[in-house]
Amino acid sequence: METKVPVRRDSFPLLSDDDLATCVHCGLCLDACPTFRVTGLETESPRGRIYLMTQWKRGTMPFQEEQVRHIDLCLGCRTCEAVCPSGVPYGRIIETGRAEVEAHRRPSLKRWASRTALRQLVAYPERLRAMGSVTRAAQRIGLTSMLRPGRQLPQLRRPFERPLGGIAPAIGQRKHRVAFLVGCVMPIMYPQSHEAAVKLLQLAGCEVWFPKNERCCGALLAHNGDLEGAEVLREDNTRVYAAQNFDALIVDSAGCGAHLKDFYPALKGRVKDLTEWLAEIGLPEPKHDVAMRVTYQDACHLAHAQRIRKPPRDLIRSLPGVEFVEMRHPDICCGAAGLYSTLEPDMSNRILQEKLDDLLTTGAEVVTAANPGCQMQLESGLRSRGSKMRVEHISELLLRAYEPAAV
Amino acid sequence: MRYSPSVGQELRRIVGRDYVIDNHNDLRIFERDGSIEGAMPDAIVLPASSEQVADVMFVAAKNRIPVVPRGAGTGLSGGAVTIYGGIALQMSRMRRIIEIDPIAQTALVEPGVVNQELSLVAARHGLFYAPDPSSQKACTVGGNAAENSGGPHCLYYGVTTNHVLGMEVVLADGSLHWVSGDAPDRTGLDLCGILVGSEGTLCAITKVKVRLLRVPPSVATLLAAFPSIETASQAVSAVIGNGIVPAALEMMDNVTVGAVEAHYHAGYPTEAGAVLLVEVDGIAESTRELMAKIREILAQSSGFAMREAQTPAERELLWAGRKGAIGALGRIKPNYYLHDGVVPRSRLPQVLSAVGEIGIHYKLPVANVFHAGDGNLHPNILFDMRDRGVLHQVEEAGEEMLRAVVELGGALSGEHGIGLEKAAFMPWVFTEDDLDAMQRVKAAFDQQAILNPGKIFPDATRKPVRLAGRSGLALEAKWW
Repeated sequence: METKVPVRRDSFPLLSDDDLATCVHCGLCLDACPTFRVTGLETESPRGRIYLMTQWKRGTMPFQEEQVRHIDLCLGCRTCEAVCPSGVPYGRIIETGRAEVEAHRRPSLKRWASRTALRQLVAYPERLRAMGSVTRAAQRIGLTSMLRPGRQLPQLRRPFERPLGGIAPAIGQRKHRVAFLVGCVMPIMYPQSHEAAVKLLQLAGCEVWFPKNERCCGALLAHNGDLEGAEVLREDNTRVYAAQNFDALIVDSAGCGAHLKDFYPALKGRVKDLTEWLAEIGLPEPKHDVAMRVTYQDACHLAHAQRIRKPPRDLIRSLPGVEFVEMRHPDICCGAAGLYSTLEPDMSNRILQEKLDDLLTTGAEVVTAANPGCQMQLESGLRSRGSKMRVEHISELLLRAYEPAAV
Repeated sequence: MRYSPSVGQELRRIVGRDYVIDNHNDLRIFERDGSIEGAMPDAIVLPASSEQVADVMFVAAKNRIPVVPRGAGTGLSGGAVTIYGGIALQMSRMRRIIEIDPIAQTALVEPGVVNQELSLVAARHGLFYAPDPSSQKACTVGGNAAENSGGPHCLYYGVTTNHVLGMEVVLADGSLHWVSGDAPDRTGLDLCGILVGSEGTLCAITKVKVRLLRVPPSVATLLAAFPSIETASQAVSAVIGNGIVPAALEMMDNVTVGAVEAHYHAGYPTEAGAVLLVEVDGIAESTRELMAKIREILAQSSGFAMREAQTPAERELLWAGRKGAIGALGRIKPNYYLHDGVVPRSRLPQVLSAVGEIGIHYKLPVANVFHAGDGNLHPNILFDMRDRGVLHQVEEAGEEMLRAVVELGGALSGEHGIGLEKAAFMPWVFTEDDLDAMQRVKAAFDQQAILNPGKIFPDATRKPVRLAGRSGLALEAKWW
């Protein structure tokens, strides 16, 4: 009884049969899945996707181009993973599954373009920055308003600058030394979030080191099935981080944090989300009231992949004067999911609309998130509904208690 | 008659082009529910309204095509498995909560509304929907009504049928009807009573009117460890024997506790032979008093390490562990065969020791997690489908367990339904006359026998409980 049936002719070597076999087909994941919630289809559910990949792996179903849709439509939000009692490693399954799909599917211009953009642009922060400057200039002279309406970029500010010497000193007594992930998209799209995050770290007694020559962490590539591209970035970055000592690598973008925790064994235990770290070491006494009605959108890669839900809420609640309200489903994806909103605009928008309904019933003035993708998606959605609700990174909200005028 | 492309065209005209799926490979993904057998439908149809359901049914009746309603596909007896092919009527687009009446304390919902979602929304009015199957995060109110589902709190509150006031249904000829309605009493012949729990064999449910209850002002939840299943079973009898009916009284054995603790970290004592989860609710004074008495009784039956939830979050975590228990068993083996029998409470120790022996005999690990308060046991046979010859063993062990249940005066199903899995065992408990009477009821509703064929009634043309159906599992069988 112990002999395993040999798997013949395995054309899906990256997918692990043992990972797939942990799914007992109970269905508890279904309603946690945003794409199942809007379509009601088993084929667009985690259970259905696992079943499909299992049949591919075991050679009991042919690989068919049409069915790749079901894999493409997965947001990779990993909400299912957090509710799965059987411990199915869905994040790993979908990332390896996507890599398999890339190897089997017909080439398409859209996929080629996104892969190339990730490898050639996002992976090189300086190229991305150059593009950011061009876009910013275009926005200033009103060129971008000629583009078709849809999800729009935020109004770009001057990109985030590392301080001279690559160190931001602690304010007051130095208690910790941390490294800070500047990353690829954040410094261009949301420099003010980074600035606030660094300020909070300094206030909490951290000396902040900005590693030189750091590249994109590789999350965006891995989520799109480009595991090789992600591997190259990991090797480069691992060398960069090995150059100096630090207590923790602080990440204020949930997608990057999840990827670093999963894929960088050399950093084991030292990767910390900003909220996780601040809740751990504590912030000084707040100086100002933050009299606002605030709600919080769980970033999928924070709540589900990293299982961090309580620290951000504790931090928000600790602000004097804040009135904190929860959405009915704060932990359901907003539809941003990295490049998803660009690659799958229709499904992304259907999911966003459900999110906006939930969001607007809270009557909050500010919705906070801890990930640039969520920020962008929610901003774009709220604008389209003509709502006055503002989106802030949690770092910006927290900083209001110390520097109300700065934000 | 068979499903054909022209039928597909007709169905698309009714529900819209995107809501009929009939390409072979996608259909494979719909071949299973939460149980272990699978079979492919010819088409998945997703209606958006009662009228569309009626129209789809009319087309099916005209062409004599089987129709199998499907909620979330979390059922555990194969109720949603289309063994004769045909149309799987997936109700997940119909997920509106149409109305909540806080004065009458009722809700009118479409069948695809998720059980827990209803309680979440009702909570705004201080109300909740009592039947709480362990799959309540995903399963639907319509599916619950079709299966007459139970749940941990049904010990005190009663099962689904006690909470359904009326239903809008589509019969096999495509006609749309209301059975019962607003009044708390079902007068005349209780048709609603017949249809609830009919497992999709008599009608498709298109709206459900349910009773909501006021959220109790105070809840106390206690976890107690016991040296063995026997001592825990005796404690259950002692509690009920003392005239106490808790809101819930659940048992998990050592194997289950280990798996649950690995995922939920809820503080379940992994060293215990069995644990009981006991909940009482009501006004604060009475819950305090009751809980004190329960603790005393449990201690007398060698209960130890008793822990009461101090916060709502702690309580929720204890329940999350219980409700996710079945899925958590995937940590031990990738497949489970979950049985569902019910015995008179006093027979629990006997039936559990019989179950244990059967497991040992077949060298198969068995995990027990169940509603101890009402004698509803759920032995889970754990196995790995990829092991040679294991399916046959599992099948035999499961059948023997059910026999033990029946021999001790029990019934074939506590709450999961008969479905596909236990249809062949019906003659163990019903005479030919009994079954004939049921068949005549079936014929009165569905003359052509197109609604969920092959379920509930023993089917002479079919081998009992084929664990390896036309599913992925069967294809693996080719390797042996």
